[in-house]
Amino acid sequence: MGESACTVLVIGYGNPGRLDDGLGPALAEAVAKLGIDGVTVDSDYQLTVEDAAEVAKRDVAIFADASVNDPEPFSFREIEPTGSLSFTTHDVEPAAVLALAHKLFAAKTRGYILAIRGYEFNEFGEHLSPKAMGNLDEATRFLTLALTHRDFTPVRAEVQNKDAANDTTPPSTD
Amino acid sequence: MVTTTNNMNRVVIEPVTRVEGHGKVTILLDEQKQVQQARLHIVEFRGFERFIQGRPYWEVPVLVQRLCGICPVSHHLAAAKAMDYVTGTEKLTPTAEKMRRLMHYGQMFQSHALHFFHLVSPDLLFGFDADPAIRNVIGVAAKFPDLAVQGVMMRKYGQEVIKATAGKKIHGTGAIPGGINKNLSIEERDSFLKDLDQMIEWSRSALKIAKDYTVEHLEKLAPFGSFDSNHLCLIREDGAMDLYHGNLRAIDAEGNKIFDQVNYQKYLDYIVEEVRNWSYMKFPFIKSIGAEDGWYRVGPLARVNACDSIDTPEAEAARKEFMDVTKGKPNNVTMAYHWTRMIELLHSIEKIKDLLNDSDLQGTDLVVKGEWRGEGVGLIEAPRGTLFHHYQVNKDDQVTMANLIVSTTHNNEPMNRAVEKVAKDHLSGVEITEGLLNHVEVAIRAYDPCLSCATHAMGKMPLTVKLVDHEGNLLDEKSK
Repeated sequence: MGESACTVLVIGYGNPGRLDDGLGPALAEAVAKLGIDGVTVDSDYQLTVEDAAEVAKRDVAIFADASVNDPEPFSFREIEPTGSLSFTTHDVEPAAVLALAHKLFAAKTRGYILAIRGYEFNEFGEHLSPKAMGNLDEATRFLTLALTHRDFTPVRAEVQNKDAANDTTPPSTD
Repeated sequence: MVTTTNNMNRVVIEPVTRVEGHGKVTILLDEQKQVQQARLHIVEFRGFERFIQGRPYWEVPVLVQRLCGICPVSHHLAAAKAMDYVTGTEKLTPTAEKMRRLMHYGQMFQSHALHFFHLVSPDLLFGFDADPAIRNVIGVAAKFPDLAVQGVMMRKYGQEVIKATAGKKIHGTGAIPGGINKNLSIEERDSFLKDLDQMIEWSRSALKIAKDYTVEHLEKLAPFGSFDSNHLCLIREDGAMDLYHGNLRAIDAEGNKIFDQVNYQKYLDYIVEEVRNWSYMKFPFIKSIGAEDGWYRVGPLARVNACDSIDTPEAEAARKEFMDVTKGKPNNVTMAYHWTRMIELLHSIEKIKDLLNDSDLQGTDLVVKGEWRGEGVGLIEAPRGTLFHHYQVNKDDQVTMANLIVSTTHNNEPMNRAVEKVAKDHLSGVEITEGLLNHVEVAIRAYDPCLSCATHAMGKMPLTVKLVDHEGNLLDEKSK
């Protein structure tokens, strides 16, 4: 389903000084270079409450982060604004940011998580592991197509891999 | 979670919610369900000092921001101040110092607003033992939407100030050894002035909420996780609060000065860090008093207790009102952290107002150079308390030694005492509920700890669990 007029915010978050935790910001950097119309890209260490104000201004928000247990090379799924309320730290989960955008700013923004599988997190270092870099490439290809065609249908990563390799078609539904 | 081992019940809270990073509280109960011991364990990465060894000194103010996703600006500025000293900078240009101060007050403003509105207000508005399904920021948004919006917009304002002064929101590069790399444009200044009055009004309102809550509930709050303690902070030469720069002052629980106007380049003569085998985090203490009684608190409570005045009118009036409660003596009530944090919130926005109206921010003289020293210490009053950065740099410009003492490390002993006191006062001999366990977390949250750095990948946090019996024997250890 194409939605060429819809506005999109991509937030890549994580700590680039903690190895694969930097996958989110790395994806944000890659997507920002593309300069896709109607797509705003932001990057931060972690999500916080004020992100709700920016999320509320867009039709779609995509939260990109490293993951330790999602499928390889990435997963992409829609989230509900009610989401998890389990605040573990000063940061806020994507579903809660979306919920705040809805409750505080009367937004109807749809939210998605792009979870890129990482492997090394527990040391300091400003580089991605080789496998994480491969996953980042796959995720970037996927998101580029999704943003270009404004098709945010959740897809299984392995299906998307095939589409990405074939390049020209929008993400397919499984 | 409750388990039984060797006739001792162990209650573990993990992770501690709404504090940064990874924390774990272990409470040991005896056969009569009396609390024998309660400890806050902190999982801290100690590899950062090694990580920056060998890096060129000018990279350090940017690199250290990787330490923390919540207070990167504090690390940025503390490292820059240390590198000022390393490079022999005696005094920054007015533009450089005021730009850094504006960055710092922006950080203080957003951090204090975030903590109060979104981490603490659920406890205050709904009660410590309210249903956790509503005792969170979404619950606040549902029942008190105006308050929640204020918190979001105040946090956003502070973040925009940081972006304008540090150059960007993530990995800011504004502060450099010897100065700053940009000034504030007229357009940036005017955009902040436009919303300033609203921010001041909301700050007054937040201060009133914190003050009224504390006064109205003083009987309950006074003993809650509270104890007499020393207090430590930076202080201006005239004794006024200064969150960006000054000398060290330490006072005891009665307000007597332990030391005063100490040049922080000599902090090692005054502060010692003790290692204990059950915690990753060190326990600093005042050298002249010793480990047993020399521990101290840092942060808003310590700063308001220890300063002689505050140099902005509304915050000074609020300070006097606060000190009147204890007749001018230090206030040692742990939950008074919230009131003092809101005094600092108001102080920060008053300072931002003063700075925005200062034309030095549009100056173009940004950097000075001095005579190489090769070693330096930078201190700053971060939102959570005094932050120490200490570096040695060789002739090839490479860092050879780094030692950081973060605010939460200073508060390690006080937080542990708060945990133990609340556990013994509220959990002994009763059926333990989530609401009662939250009492322990409420005491920890008063310090707004930043327990570790910002690795937060979805689905899992590195965590080590240690089970220690009442004699200190390690019974079990698990990592996940």
